[in-house]
Amino acid sequence: MSTGFEDIVITAPTSVAYTRFSNESAHWWLLAALRDMLAGAGLRPADIDGLTVSSFTLHPDSAVGFTQHAGLSLGWLEHLPMGGASGVIALRRAARAIQCGDASIVACLSGDTNQLDSFRQTLSRFSHFSNDAAWPYGSGGANGYFALIADHYMRRFGIARETFGQIAAAQRSNALYYPHALMKTPLSVEQYLDARMIASPLGLFDCVMPCAGSESFMVMRADTAHRLGLPAVRPLAIIERHNGFAEDPVQFRGGWTYDRDQLWQRAGCAPADMDFVQTYDDYPVISLMQLEDLGFFEKGAGDAFIAGHDLTCGGSFPHNTSGGQLSVGQAGAAGGFLGIVEAVRQLTGSAIGAAVPNARRALVSGFGMVNYDRGVCSAAAVLERANQPATAARHPTTTESEAAA
Amino acid sequence: MTTSLPPLPEPVRKDPQKKTPSALIPPSARSRLGMRLSAEAARGRFRLPHCNACNQPVWPPREACPACLSSLQWRDADATGTLIAETTLETSPELYFRERTPWRVGTVDLAGGVPVMAHLHAQCRIGDTVTLRLFLDKADRAVFMAFSDLDSPDLREDIQLRELTNDPRHRRVLITDARTPAGVALAKAMTKAGAKRIFAGIGDAWKRDAAIEALEGMETVSTVPLDLTDTRSVEELCGEIGGKVDILVHNAEQVRPGGVMAGRGIADAKQLHEKLVFGFMRLAESFGPVMRSRGADGVNAATAWVNLLSVYAHANWPAYGQHSAAHAATLSLAQCLRGEMQGSGVRVMNAFAGPLEQDWHDQVLPPKVTADRLAREIVGALQGGQQDVYIGDVARDVAERFEDDAKLLEMELAGDGQ
Repeated sequence: MSTGFEDIVITAPTSVAYTRFSNESAHWWLLAALRDMLAGAGLRPADIDGLTVSSFTLHPDSAVGFTQHAGLSLGWLEHLPMGGASGVIALRRAARAIQCGDASIVACLSGDTNQLDSFRQTLSRFSHFSNDAAWPYGSGGANGYFALIADHYMRRFGIARETFGQIAAAQRSNALYYPHALMKTPLSVEQYLDARMIASPLGLFDCVMPCAGSESFMVMRADTAHRLGLPAVRPLAIIERHNGFAEDPVQFRGGWTYDRDQLWQRAGCAPADMDFVQTYDDYPVISLMQLEDLGFFEKGAGDAFIAGHDLTCGGSFPHNTSGGQLSVGQAGAAGGFLGIVEAVRQLTGSAIGAAVPNARRALVSGFGMVNYDRGVCSAAAVLERANQPATAARHPTTTESEAAA
Repeated sequence: MTTSLPPLPEPVRKDPQKKTPSALIPPSARSRLGMRLSAEAARGRFRLPHCNACNQPVWPPREACPACLSSLQWRDADATGTLIAETTLETSPELYFRERTPWRVGTVDLAGGVPVMAHLHAQCRIGDTVTLRLFLDKADRAVFMAFSDLDSPDLREDIQLRELTNDPRHRRVLITDARTPAGVALAKAMTKAGAKRIFAGIGDAWKRDAAIEALEGMETVSTVPLDLTDTRSVEELCGEIGGKVDILVHNAEQVRPGGVMAGRGIADAKQLHEKLVFGFMRLAESFGPVMRSRGADGVNAATAWVNLLSVYAHANWPAYGQHSAAHAATLSLAQCLRGEMQGSGVRVMNAFAGPLEQDWHDQVLPPKVTADRLAREIVGALQGGQQDVYIGDVARDVAERFEDDAKLLEMELAGDGQ
């Protein structure tokens, strides 16, 4: 049985404003996040002794190469190539390292650049399984694979496209207030339904827009954060699962189902106690799958649940309060950090877009790495607002890096 | 009840003012394990890795069984599954598919739990029991395609299937050395398969015989002057029809018994090499580049280059030793041509046969391959998109022994001929 996280906190949520395309390298984006984050926290590079790095376009470098590039001397380092699950998993790794005394302040970085052809290039050599058995069929990566998942899911559970549309439209409403969102035009369910098909049953607004950007946060002990005057959030419980339900011939559930009882038991609360939820929304169908697999409603009951709730920040079930990747954009591996960074802002009262009133607890889930036909990694964390330092300032939101971008 | 499909439209004539499209091929990168599937498919097999312990098929290819970590072995596989998910792609970052959308793909549950991504035949519907087949795509890499009814009369009306095969239907074919039993049989079989036009290459057209008359009696056939031993003759014909040849069949039949110690060995070999080996090179020098440039020319594209070879190209049969050697040389050149055609969309197909039913094999014991069977199986292999086809019992037997142990086969052939 996994132990708790005691006095570990997450702090310094940092986003570098996204751009559709960028000629900068992944290193540039990761360094911009690191520089902004350290500046906001009043720390020098030498103050951090642990680092996690998640990035697709850093290749052929890994976290090791980045360390030398950035001139950091570290006692603890993790490269986490887990795509959309890397944010939650970075938190888990960093928290345990600190609990064990292997590190004291860990910077968790994610970011990717998006040069004109980098999306296709990343996907066309994503994995052996993909090269051997998926990419040759023309899907062009995730859109085709998730179309197959969505097609099966809709048939199996009788889910209507309107439900996906409601998720996408509500996120767009949230994004209208979020300064870094690339998509700033209101979206209605009708527009969602009328949009051109990309890979049936997925239409244009089911798909994220690849872009450049970075997201990061820091993990440390509560007293360290307190001393630095940083508002912070506590992880109550974290789960991860890789290659869950390999026996399913097509993915209709994720690894969350394996571990959700443990998650809620360790967290000491229930889905109903969440003030908002951040799911990994590479496609609305995957958000729906996370919500049911994590226990917010019965499997297959998504139509009724979504229809019965307002998913905007001020609504009955605030979901992907920044607008999510569907509206903010998918900055590669940073897509796996967007939810956690946004959750930390919301829970510390420093939202840069629309705020969820009096938010105390939240769930963040991650999903990543379509190695062949499905997402292999799943993860989730329950977070709670920590006692805030008396002198807590709002988190810095944008700094000089944004202007440069 | 399968839905009927509208017939594939006959290709329209090319507008000469339009740019010939650049050759685009589907993604060709594979791991070495993944390439194994292509090597199986090239020979017309449906083989997948199976667990040596639990016997279950495995896909995508792995280095160990995901159920028990035992070692895997490629074996003939049950190709039956259920179509459990489908999508119609409307766009793709890969240019090859982008130009061909809408394009249907799906997930087939093979053997209850093995997910196989596959191209879908237009008649497939969700929930159907489907049969998977392997084809080499335009990149010469194996891909799965699912069929709900392989016996459907409309089977070949499917545009995605046509993309994966080299069906002679609606296409123009050049048959070299057509004044041979194989040449005539090929002209007939291609006509039956719906070829639009057949250019029958004839040397010394003034010499009338039954073969010429049979060829001239076919409405689809145009006899054209072609002497494979004469570079100018090949060049002239290419200048004439090079841009119209969609399928080229290199047939240069000249069988003489004997090895290297017989008196006539060198004279016979020279003749045969002139026609078969250097004939191949003359064709490759003139027709090769034209076909290569037309591999993506819309629906009127060049699609296949077929070589009729002796199965003893793989290992010398001393009784017909110099004949084996000439075919071995041609096979080697065909492999070279295949490399040079990579990326063009033009398939190089080798059809291997054992001794044919003809006068110069009168001392060879049956089974021997008739010209009709040879032609029929070549057409079948074009329709199936194969890269290598072994025709007749002898060819299959030799191929099997060659694959099993090339050294052993060599020793067996040196011993008693078969």
